[in-house]
Amino acid sequence: MNAATNPGAAATATGYDDDAIRWFMIVAVFWGVVGFLVGVYIALELTYPALNLGLQWINFGRLRPVHTSAVIFAFGGNVLIGTSFYVVQRTCRASLWGGPRLAWFVFWGYQIFIVLAATGYMMGITEGREYAEPEWYTDIWLTIVWVVYLAIFLGTIARRKEPHIYVANWFYLAFIVTIAMLHVGNNLSVPVSIFGTKSYSLFAGVRDAMTQWWYGHNAVGFFLTAGFLGLMYYFVPKRAERPIYSYRLSVIHFWALIFLYIWAGPHHLHYTALPEWTQTLGMTFSIMLWMPSWGGMINGIMTLSGAWDKLRTDPILRFMVVAVAFYGMSTFEGPLMSIRSVNALSHYTNWTIGHVHSGALGWVAFVSFGAIYFLLPRLWGRKEVYSLRLVSYHFWIATIGIVLYITAMWVAGIMQGLMWRSYDSLGFLEYSFAESVAAMHPFYLIRALGGILFLAGSFIMVYNLWRTARGDVEAPVAMPAPAAAAGG
Amino acid sequence: MLKLKQKSLETNVILLLIAILVTVAIGGLVEIVPLYTIQSTIEKVQGMRPYSPLELAGRDIYVREGCYLCHSQQIRPFRDEVERYGHYSLAAESMYDHPFQWGSERTGPDLARVGGKYSNAWQVAHLVDPRSVVPESVMPTYAFLRRPLHYEDIADHLRTNRIVGVPYTDEMIADAKADLEAQATPGADTAALLKRYPKAKTGDFDGDPNTITEMDALVAYLQMLGTLVDFTSYNPDYAAK
Repeated sequence: MNAATNPGAAATATGYDDDAIRWFMIVAVFWGVVGFLVGVYIALELTYPALNLGLQWINFGRLRPVHTSAVIFAFGGNVLIGTSFYVVQRTCRASLWGGPRLAWFVFWGYQIFIVLAATGYMMGITEGREYAEPEWYTDIWLTIVWVVYLAIFLGTIARRKEPHIYVANWFYLAFIVTIAMLHVGNNLSVPVSIFGTKSYSLFAGVRDAMTQWWYGHNAVGFFLTAGFLGLMYYFVPKRAERPIYSYRLSVIHFWALIFLYIWAGPHHLHYTALPEWTQTLGMTFSIMLWMPSWGGMINGIMTLSGAWDKLRTDPILRFMVVAVAFYGMSTFEGPLMSIRSVNALSHYTNWTIGHVHSGALGWVAFVSFGAIYFLLPRLWGRKEVYSLRLVSYHFWIATIGIVLYITAMWVAGIMQGLMWRSYDSLGFLEYSFAESVAAMHPFYLIRALGGILFLAGSFIMVYNLWRTARGDVEAPVAMPAPAAAAGG
Repeated sequence: MLKLKQKSLETNVILLLIAILVTVAIGGLVEIVPLYTIQSTIEKVQGMRPYSPLELAGRDIYVREGCYLCHSQQIRPFRDEVERYGHYSLAAESMYDHPFQWGSERTGPDLARVGGKYSNAWQVAHLVDPRSVVPESVMPTYAFLRRPLHYEDIADHLRTNRIVGVPYTDEMIADAKADLEAQATPGADTAALLKRYPKAKTGDFDGDPNTITEMDALVAYLQMLGTLVDFTSYNPDYAAK
């Protein structure tokens, strides 16, 4: 670890506050591996339930929030905070407001939040609403950390030396502000005792459901989308060495995206006791959301205009561009699934799980990997990652993992939905519920296999990054020279 | 007339911040606020009551163990779901649920109306070793729930629920501990309990009459799920009128 935290001389000479950012990258990779590992384990628990081992702390019900929080908030969150600190300094030509001390506060404060949340779940401390599971005291702690984060970000922009605020920062700012609003709004609750962990949510039943999915869907919309679009708007043009394809498109799709996303929550509640008018609004806005989503995809992918050849030789850029393609795919699938009659089939099934993972693995994780591979050598004062060949291996192994994962879950989900509604010729339900559970087994196994490949890829990344931080460079014979490849 | 241009937004961070806040606030306000003002959001039904202290303790265990991650509690108005699980779910049925537990996934079946469908003995056997009664099941084992239930502070739980809007009376709160014990003890005097919490299932739930366990509480909760509303008096056209 000493070698990893001791960057080359070039990295310290920038005049920017990068110390905390280096650690954000280290913990992002660490939590990422932890999150993928727990994901693989709970996938195997569903395949072979004996793996629950009869231990309450690692039962599926307690580990599942550990997985989701680890990948969304611990991996994704550290990537977002770390890269936003990096990007805002470069695009504003200003060092972080509040200096290293506040940045370190956010770093440690956020790690404490993660550890409090995750250990709590394993001990059964949870508010019982998806992706908002941390109990009241953890929520209050995160609120404090988040306000400091917002202050640093705003303060840095306020003292910029550039007249304009760069587009990446609009997205990062929308992410920070909206997450604050959602977090506070959805987590309003009353603790049983100031000395106890348990609380009861302020809202009940149908109103709680609406508030929760207003939060839940926009954790996707602002944490996993707006934040990572900010990342895309900096790192894709940087890596491709091309300007953003269209400034005008970025303006339109930014405002449309953040306006429309907030409305989409009720599509998680089709055909429930939520009033129909609310469901219809949710569906309508979800379908409209397709347009600004693809606006972002087009802007990201078309930034490669004139630099398409780099995809052949640069696996780091390939990670980013394939991520944007996955973003386009899952933001097409999402509106499709929000249509009520499609949702009637897909809801409650593994199709939803597949959809989430095409976005989470394909978009969020891939664009993060691309940014980390790009950023790490720069933060440690190296020219390039240790081995582009290993980046390429990581890319292909992870891609095959994703394909196995999402195709298995598509088939499983549609099969589940069809089995549940299937009638025989005499007018009886054709399958018992238990039969639909048994039918999932092979797909659970394929899904777990996909997860194992994705996890294996991340181990290759860890090795590659560690060698990079040490300052090693792989002998250049392994990869064809870019010029030769372009010529061929 | 204030003319807001992109140029002024992207050169002034405070303006940008305010514009973002306004833009992202609208959707939530339009979708959430009317749920409190439109009266037909929660239909009027007969039979809904707050959870009894034992049921509430059981529900807390349901939440603690993350049951909602695999089991929904929301039956949709489809022929197959109504046949498989029972009458579609009403908003009124979760009006005292802090938090709601509708779920989003059916790795296991819906539980909105599981109450009374199986015996207490089946529920306990299933929780202790799911595959002993359902060979295809992928559910974890919950044998560890056969440990004493901690309920010293049950009155505080009821009181907190009252703060967030559940109509527990002073009497219900004062007698919470006694009610909990009466509901889980075979042969206890349950007249007062049943007056306060009609239709509550009483007696020993887990086959161990000497100890009130977490298993007792969870099974008591499962056995009342979806049983409260009197559907003979329910008028589905209420909202239309």
